[in-house]
Amino acid sequence: MPRIAGIDVPSDKRIVIALTYIYGIGPYRSRQILKEAGIGESIRAKDLSEGDVTKIASIIEREYVVEGQLRRQAQQNIARLRDIGCYRGSRHRRGLPARGQRTRTNARTRKGPKKTVAGKKGVKEMHRG
Amino acid sequence: MTRSAKKGPFVEPKLFAKVMNAKQSGNTAPIRTWRRRCTIVPEFVGHTFEIHNGKMFHKVFVTEEMVGHKLGEFSPTRVFRGHSGHRKAEAAAAAGAAPPAAG
Repeated sequence: MPRIAGIDVPSDKRIVIALTYIYGIGPYRSRQILKEAGIGESIRAKDLSEGDVTKIASIIEREYVVEGQLRRQAQQNIARLRDIGCYRGSRHRRGLPARGQRTRTNARTRKGPKKTVAGKKGVKEMHRG
Repeated sequence: MTRSAKKGPFVEPKLFAKVMNAKQSGNTAPIRTWRRRCTIVPEFVGHTFEIHNGKMFHKVFVTEEMVGHKLGEFSPTRVFRGHSGHRKAEAAAAAGAAPPAAG
């Protein structure tokens, strides 16, 4: 299995798909990288030559921020919002959505599993009202 | 949707003039304002503002990191005091609300 961008070892999938296993590379970037490297999209990752792997790795290293560095960057951006005491920062601190979404219902991704509260009415009950 | 880049950041002209005035005269007294929608530009850095939240004024010292945000983002308009009958949450809210209220 080829090693690209540090610890990543994409499988015996087509190389376009395999590259998307790297954090920071999606289908679009994957295609861009392969286009630049001049490698077909449909070659299996395991069938790549040593030279092709190095080529892909060097393009990623040169042009994109991926994996740990990207994660750190995202974390730092959030930490900055928290530190300056702005509204978005306080939303991050409380684990609530930061972009003005409703929180009366939904918002479960941010709030986590439901904590049932006795007597609380949902949207449906309110309409029946 | 984000604002068109060709227009540049929105800055309240009167507030901007006020800041420049204060800067020129070396006046460091906080500037009281209701203009929450005004973008913080680099010229504001190092000044203290008192930003209205609909009820009172929050004192905010502008740092370099705040550039690009709006003044209103630093003066919360709602106070969350926890849900009723939530003992644990109330204690946590009291502990969590104290530091931001001071700032």
